[in-house]
Amino acid sequence: MALLSKKDANLILDPLADNNPITIQVLGICSALAITAELKASLVMALSVIFVLGVGNVVISLIRNIIPSKIRIIVQLIVVATLVIVVDQVLKAFAYELSKTLAVFVGLIITNCIIMGRFEAFALGNGPWKSFLDGIGNALGYGVILIIVGFFRELLGSGTLFGLKVLGDPIAKTGVYAFGYENNGFMIIPPAALIVVGIIIWVQRSRNRALIEEN
Amino acid sequence: MAINTEKNLYTVLFAVVMVIIVGSVLAFLASGLSDKIKENERFEKQQNILYAMGVHENEGEGSVNFIPTDRVEEEFSKFITKQLVINGSEVTEDNEAFLIDLKKQLAAAKDGVTPKLPVFIGEKEGKKFYILPMYGKGLWDAIWGFISVNEEMVVQGVYFDHKAETPGLGANIKMRYFMDDFIGESILDGNRYAGIAVAKGNNDPVNEIKDDNEVDALAGATITGNGVSAMIRESVNLYRSYLETIRQQ
Repeated sequence: MALLSKKDANLILDPLADNNPITIQVLGICSALAITAELKASLVMALSVIFVLGVGNVVISLIRNIIPSKIRIIVQLIVVATLVIVVDQVLKAFAYELSKTLAVFVGLIITNCIIMGRFEAFALGNGPWKSFLDGIGNALGYGVILIIVGFFRELLGSGTLFGLKVLGDPIAKTGVYAFGYENNGFMIIPPAALIVVGIIIWVQRSRNRALIEEN
Repeated sequence: MAINTEKNLYTVLFAVVMVIIVGSVLAFLASGLSDKIKENERFEKQQNILYAMGVHENEGEGSVNFIPTDRVEEEFSKFITKQLVINGSEVTEDNEAFLIDLKKQLAAAKDGVTPKLPVFIGEKEGKKFYILPMYGKGLWDAIWGFISVNEEMVVQGVYFDHKAETPGLGANIKMRYFMDDFIGESILDGNRYAGIAVAKGNNDPVNEIKDDNEVDALAGATITGNGVSAMIRESVNLYRSYLETIRQQ
């Protein structure tokens, strides 16, 4: 990769797999459970987190030397909250439909532990460029899991993807429904997300045994 | 000179400066975008009202397609022939009636003030539509919508929306398959304004029975569904005296 040095590239690539914020660090689980019933919501959430974490990491990194350590958590919260409001307002003005989908999740972005976690663990101790890459990487790692979970939950729970009836019509009994297939209503409720995330963690750790904890 | 970032004075100053900067950025952004946001909200309301009277771009089965925002104002003035405001027993015409916030009016009604209730009269292909706004509570937050009826109090179309219902469950009240079920149902049960209940056990999933004041519920969204039933019942009763005058015409 000519564009980035190997070390910089790892900042983006590590969180995608071997140091994934959801499956390895087990952060940001709450929103992964709450919003993944539909693929579209997962995608919108992933994009918003990429923006907030990418920009937020840079801002925190730029002011890292002048933040009083006593109030650094509050400062971090203000930065996240501001960015989230900016996203919300801009979407409301220029992408109204999308903003309605997102509105529910704004609060969830502010409380997303991945964001505070990266501010605290990385941006406070590294330069803006590295922090930017780290933010994008972690947000992508989060987004990938969200999209995988959203894909399976919407497909198995509602028989649709992005609202399109990819498996046929359950009422008119076309497509796979003609053979007696039924949607699994359990996939729509949040516990199903826990099971899907669990399966992802299982698959990931059995493919790379180095990730399994000792005890 | 290195700054001592541990001093109390510095901490307070930092906090004050930070809040001022963040506050002005947000205030600047909010005032800069507020016109655009208000315009979007106005278009959305017009789209919703038109949707309830069946003016939309839906194709076959599938998703909800509104009249696009660039045409909505024109179509709104074409199809909505009259906008009325009911204030107690007084009925006046008001071309800005669609901007009335029903939530505020209902809150005022609780304090004993007579609410201003908007009604929209639409005309399409020689048929008349009486469109009423609705407002109620779902599981997590507000739900609202519009319902259009004809002179016989048979529903011609509905539109529902919500603030924060669960995606994939309660949020499905704004899906077409749910809203389409209401068309053809009557809000009258004999002479009683019963509204339309979202019922779990009505054994009518394809909605063939149109005289039972019931539509099939959404699985996993009992409380949102009950909220929809209550919202329709309450709105219809709020407009009862006006609806009576339409029936007697």
